[in-house]
Amino acid sequence: MSMPDIFQVRLQEIYQTESRRVLATLIRLLGNFDLAEEALHDAFAVALTQWPTEGIPDNPRAWLVSTGRFKAIDQLRRKARFDVSYEDVAERLQSELTTEQEEAHSIEDDRLRLIFTCCHPSLAPEAQLALTLREVCGLTTEEIASAFLAATPTVAQRIVRAKAKIRDARIPYEVPEAQQLPERLDSVLHVIYLIFNEGYSASAGDKLIRHDLSAEAIRLARLLCQLLPEPEVEGLLALLLLQDARRAARVSADGELILLEQQDRALWDQQQIREGCNRVLRALASRRFGPYSLQAAIAAVHAEADTMENTDWPQIVGLYDALLAMTPSPVIELNRAVAVAMRDGPEQGLQLIDALLARDALTDYHLCHAARADLYRRLGQKEEARAAYRRALELAQQGPEQRFLASRLAELESD
Amino acid sequence: MKYLALVYYDEKLMQQKSQQEWDALNQECIACVENLSTSGHFITGSPLMPTNTATTVRVRDNRVAVTDGPFAETKEQLAGFYMLEAKDLNEAIALAGKIPPARYGSVEVRPVRELMEEGNQAGGNAG
Repeated sequence: MSMPDIFQVRLQEIYQTESRRVLATLIRLLGNFDLAEEALHDAFAVALTQWPTEGIPDNPRAWLVSTGRFKAIDQLRRKARFDVSYEDVAERLQSELTTEQEEAHSIEDDRLRLIFTCCHPSLAPEAQLALTLREVCGLTTEEIASAFLAATPTVAQRIVRAKAKIRDARIPYEVPEAQQLPERLDSVLHVIYLIFNEGYSASAGDKLIRHDLSAEAIRLARLLCQLLPEPEVEGLLALLLLQDARRAARVSADGELILLEQQDRALWDQQQIREGCNRVLRALASRRFGPYSLQAAIAAVHAEADTMENTDWPQIVGLYDALLAMTPSPVIELNRAVAVAMRDGPEQGLQLIDALLARDALTDYHLCHAARADLYRRLGQKEEARAAYRRALELAQQGPEQRFLASRLAELESD
Repeated sequence: MKYLALVYYDEKLMQQKSQQEWDALNQECIACVENLSTSGHFITGSPLMPTNTATTVRVRDNRVAVTDGPFAETKEQLAGFYMLEAKDLNEAIALAGKIPPARYGSVEVRPVRELMEEGNQAGGNAG
């Protein structure tokens, strides 16, 4: 490789590892998201021209933060020619200049502050998602729009409004105090979970798995786990690792869905499963765990079984009982019903699902009808199974799921 | 006897005003407050930032639930008001969570806006 190539690669690496950290710190120093983003770009532009001749500084991160801050002060001074109110801000920034050493220790805190600010519960959930992906993960507005099948201007507007609310309603750039932490952490975990879910099972469109988004969510969960080692954070990371470990086995070569019972378990990522299991055990041992840790425990029981039959179903049902006690939800009841069917037989499972439908829960949820169809199929009641598959097919939104249901239906109709 | 006068308007219509029209209206409001103060009728009052800055706080099972936006539960009626001083939204939320009816209904938290001679924020074409 020639010198310029090596330089390019190094700069690319620095951009990837440092840009989000630098941005988080610039937001704290400048107190403004837009100004900080501009300053970040300016700092990298200067690096691109200066570093090839002057060499890469010993501490690129500190160099980028301080260059970004000087660029922002310049920018404010230029604006002050038209609007004097910017002069005060520029003055304040100039006078608050600190040494690089003073700066270094708080940079990791800044990333945590950025996560909590982007996931503030007073922002709409869609805005939390978009802002986190944009500011913390560095995805472009176009990438976020395509991931969530939204129009780019809609996503751009969500981000602009969220930033305006952070400024106007004065959402502080801080990690909440200990007593506020549990409920604030909930929104952060929820956002990471939503990002993962969109990657694990895209809500619509033709691709079942969006690995880029799952990987982004795992990266965020890992970061949060390092910065804030709370049991439930560890539980969430474990859950994501264990779900993602099955990735290679969940979809066939031609992109079709493969259910748990048909998956080739040899394709499961054993290293990721081990890490997930260790983290679940740690989270559960803390006795301060929450619903993500329990879901991770369920995923761990699945991951440790070599076949569907050899799965410890009584333990899974027990974990669902605990999960329901903590966060009652019809979807969890449905999953528990499927586990009960595995433990006690399809009839017992059907009774529970029919009870759910009777109280008008999950009536329009395709997986509820798909589960019901599968239990009838296992009982050999083909007529009921066909009717339930048809209902599930009407409600399913996603290509691979629709094709899976249609093929099951076709099998039953050809018999 | 004290009376609370609540101001309602269609934000969308108001945002169509030019900055000039909007500033003129705000100047009228400043004058109105001065007149009411001089005559001894004014106790306290303030304009608010637009509804997109609103946050709604509820307390259920001793947990503070925070959501985006103004509360829109038409079954609930205005029952009173608190003017709070807080350093930022997190402090305002913590204070709002201590208002007892937050356990039964909802408390909307919205920043107060400053009435200025000109350059009034968000409401004229600036918003």
